[in-house]
Amino acid sequence: MMQFMLLFSRQGKLRLQKWYQAYPDKTKKKITRELIATILARKPKMCSFLEWKDLKVVYKRYASLYFCCAIEQDDNELLTLEVIHRYVELLDKYFGSVCELDIIFNFEKAYFMCDELLLGGEIQETSKKNVLKAIAAQDLLQEDEAVEGALREIGLL
Amino acid sequence: MPAVRGDGMRGLAVFISDIRNCKSKEAEIKRINKELANIRSKFKGDKTLDGYQKKKYVCKLLFIFLLGHDIDFGHMEAVNLLSSNKYSEKQIGYLFISVLVNTRSDLINLINQSIKNDLQSRNPIHVNLALQCIANIGSKEMAEVFGHDIPKLLVSGDTMDVVKQSAALCLLRLFRTSQEIIPGGEWTSRIIHLLNDQHMGVVTAATSLIDALVKKNPDEYKGCISLAVSRLSRIVTASYTDLQDYTYYFVPAPWLSVKLLRLLQNYPPPDDPGVRGRLIECLETILNKAQEPPKSKKVQHSNAKNAVLFEAISLIIHMDTEPNLLVRACNQLGQFLSNRETNLRYLALESMCLLATSEFSHDAVKKHQEVVILSMKMEKDVSVRQQAVDLLYAMCDKTNAEEIVQEMLNYLETADYSIREEMVLKVAILAEKYATDYTWYVDVILNLIRIAGDYVSEEVWYRVIQIVINRDDVQGYAAKTVFEALQAPACHENMVKVGGYILGEFGNLIAGDQRSSPSVQFQLLHSKYHLCSPMTRALLLSTYIKFVNLFPEIKTQIQEVFKQHSNLRSADAELQQRASEYLQLSIIASHDMLATVLEEMPVFPERESSILAVLKKKKPGRVPENEIREHKSPVPGSTANHQEERSAAKTVSANASTDLLGLSTPPAAPTAGNTGVLVDMLGELYTSGSPQPHANNVAAQNAYNPAKFVCKNNGVLFENDLIQIGVKSEFRQNLGRITLFYGNKTSTALQNFSAAVTNPTGCIGKLNVQSKKVDPTVEAGAQVQQMVNGECVFDYPDAPSLTVTFTCNGTPQKLSLRLPLTVNKFFEPTEMTGEVFFARWKNLSGNEQRSQKIFKATQPMDNTAIRTKLIGFGMQLLDGIDPNPENFVCAGIVHTSKQQIGCLLRLEPNKQAQASNGFYDSPTTMDMFRLTVRSSKESVAVTVCDLLVDQF
Repeated sequence: MMQFMLLFSRQGKLRLQKWYQAYPDKTKKKITRELIATILARKPKMCSFLEWKDLKVVYKRYASLYFCCAIEQDDNELLTLEVIHRYVELLDKYFGSVCELDIIFNFEKAYFMCDELLLGGEIQETSKKNVLKAIAAQDLLQEDEAVEGALREIGLL
Repeated sequence: MPAVRGDGMRGLAVFISDIRNCKSKEAEIKRINKELANIRSKFKGDKTLDGYQKKKYVCKLLFIFLLGHDIDFGHMEAVNLLSSNKYSEKQIGYLFISVLVNTRSDLINLINQSIKNDLQSRNPIHVNLALQCIANIGSKEMAEVFGHDIPKLLVSGDTMDVVKQSAALCLLRLFRTSQEIIPGGEWTSRIIHLLNDQHMGVVTAATSLIDALVKKNPDEYKGCISLAVSRLSRIVTASYTDLQDYTYYFVPAPWLSVKLLRLLQNYPPPDDPGVRGRLIECLETILNKAQEPPKSKKVQHSNAKNAVLFEAISLIIHMDTEPNLLVRACNQLGQFLSNRETNLRYLALESMCLLATSEFSHDAVKKHQEVVILSMKMEKDVSVRQQAVDLLYAMCDKTNAEEIVQEMLNYLETADYSIREEMVLKVAILAEKYATDYTWYVDVILNLIRIAGDYVSEEVWYRVIQIVINRDDVQGYAAKTVFEALQAPACHENMVKVGGYILGEFGNLIAGDQRSSPSVQFQLLHSKYHLCSPMTRALLLSTYIKFVNLFPEIKTQIQEVFKQHSNLRSADAELQQRASEYLQLSIIASHDMLATVLEEMPVFPERESSILAVLKKKKPGRVPENEIREHKSPVPGSTANHQEERSAAKTVSANASTDLLGLSTPPAAPTAGNTGVLVDMLGELYTSGSPQPHANNVAAQNAYNPAKFVCKNNGVLFENDLIQIGVKSEFRQNLGRITLFYGNKTSTALQNFSAAVTNPTGCIGKLNVQSKKVDPTVEAGAQVQQMVNGECVFDYPDAPSLTVTFTCNGTPQKLSLRLPLTVNKFFEPTEMTGEVFFARWKNLSGNEQRSQKIFKATQPMDNTAIRTKLIGFGMQLLDGIDPNPENFVCAGIVHTSKQQIGCLLRLEPNKQAQASNGFYDSPTTMDMFRLTVRSSKESVAVTVCDLLVDQF
């Protein structure tokens, strides 16, 4: 089971955090700080896996963003790399060549996407098509509401 | 500002832009505080906010939280959004609740009500939102409230696939929180049959759930085995076009495959021959596919394919019944060892560690020895080198031990600091385990000390001494080798310890040679004496007295040395005492007496090596094994943990000042019997520092004064007619070890004895304390000890309490004491000049940085007593820096694991001060004190001040 996922920039700024295990806030901050420092200190050609406390950490850098997941001893490291990749693909498809700024300004969307892909620390839906379909359905609901709101405003409804 | 998707909240985007444009941290904080104030006023204002506004503000709060700031309001507004009829508002409400989980009970009910409503919605999007929220929070209350509905949702025929997926994982999350929620009976088979579901997404999610259920109740769910195997079989034989969107970079359903392979690792190989045959076919197919040319050059293709392969290999290793598959797996991993992907090399080394422990594949793994040695030496990434070391350790057996140990020793010279200590342990274990020739073993350990002396722990050098003592065929060689090693101009202190001990026992075996005559041996050892720590010096003194017995011709030379150290020139009390007692022994005792007392050490009882335990402790949960089926006969001369330490400690002295937190606390009550006089004599020495239950502690009868222990670490904590409780404590940085000695003063045994340490609420999370259990029976007149370890995480106000209960002559007794573990114990004294002191003093003049108390003296003012107390308190007493010579000033640093907190103190006595109790009282005179404590942290200043107030 995945314990948490962190997205942070090359400058060490945390961009997104998703915790699947309950930790006190202080611990979360400490873990985040330590992991960001450890990973930023590693060189590009190094292995993407780390032994960290009793967990395994899997990370990968995409442009200016690091994606970092902590998994348990039983979990599969290589496939976790591909969970990260699938998430990146989803973001990319949704935002259209995603960049760090998209995630900063639309962090809530990044969360919604994450909840479709992973739930409770386990993979929920691996099909790219199905996740995007679910997100599109959400957006459609929103747009309907927006249109409805606009119509109401100008007194047409 | 990039385009905002969806319904866009302009205010939020503007705010985020503002934050990004802030030039400094201060500016950012200012902007955030402004926004927080704004949101607070909006939430509190009279004007009711519409949904959109609430959503926007809640979103801003979320963003602020994500920047790392604490958010303590807005929960109510977020909960309001949950019941909005607009999806976008509802969704933000759920997001806020999920990210900033708050278990305020008044809100939980509202949240649960909203979730309940949404679960019943006909719109699957709403249902999923509710399920995701449950899965994100997963609290016990939720398990209670929704434990019934979700299983129904999961297996009902009307439920849509997307909802089933979420329901499965939501249930899994609740199951992890509270195991009772899963219904049994017919539900079991309905859940298992989800493995046959049409929808791959449903199967994937359900497999995770089933895996967890199986772990709790393997028998009930064993029906899943055959279903999992056939599902797996269908996937691995599928062409990549069959599974459409569940094919990932030409690999059919890698996630589901891995989950199924993992699920099967919960069971032994299937009993049913049909199922078993099918599973083996699957595994073969996976291995075959690994040999096929890749369908894509993309790393995603190879990662997904290899993820399945590694999981299949895990299952093959888990089954451990198919020699053919095991060897094939090993060959496959062997290929990966020279793959250009670092990740693959890392994982291959890791998996091979497991293969090395199977009797079928151990030899196949050994074929890759050279490559693995190269990996250890050449890999650029230390984590990969670490894996290589682990694998070498795992593949080592008696045929390759010499080579592997030699290679590890060579590598140690340049190895990364982070892995040295562990490597030292591994080398020591292998050398001992596979030694056929003990001269080789001695060489290896001495090389270890030479190459990586700093990383050689006590256990390792204790162990070599035990083995040398137990094997007379190696003693002469050991003496010769240590003698040679000590001749190096700079040799590690651990070498001096081993050398001193071995020469003291067996120096006579090489004394015939002029080059290592008694006098040469003595001078060689003594030339190192001044460079060593007190503990080693103590050991050397013991060696010298042994020399007096072995070599009477150098007795006068040695007596000179004892004389030098028996007077005040030796600052260490232990050394002084040793030197004077040894001196007397050498003068008074007859030759026969000396020979009896200083006889060779007796053989150590044979037990398993304690080094292995140390290695296991270092790496809980992930110790590479070095257990290959052929069971090695135990090496002669093994001893278990504490036995060994005790024995070693007896002769080498565990001097408290050098071994504060080591394991070798001196035994409180030495067991007489094995070496007679020597043990008894030394026993006195060792216990001299610890409280003697029946010593002249009359004053302490029935006495209990916890305040006394604020300023001292050792002594009698409590005493009455039944029991005496002594305490001895040692502190280093933020760690402390307290040894409690319970002495039974009666002539009957104390029964049901228990001593529990409890942390008061004020200390929880700030001070970690752990105490060992004590034997439930304390025999008449006996003394037992208990270790309590403390770690200061933050400064704390109070001290843990100690509750001692026991039954004496049928009467239950209960004592409640305060453990002498106040925060000042973690002080490090800090020396500083007057200028520095007063500069800092002035800097800390804020109200929240100081604490001051004026109080009456409780005892006559005696400067020496005050000085002793202040020094015992733990701070550095700074003499001659206060303009007023009557005043006392101190400085110290409190070590916590989170921070170090500087602290300054000034105690101003005012003899015969005018004190007035009230307006109408006539003034009287009395001794007064003014105590001022300044610290960078207010709580520390207050606590330190409070602790000291009653002391004078």
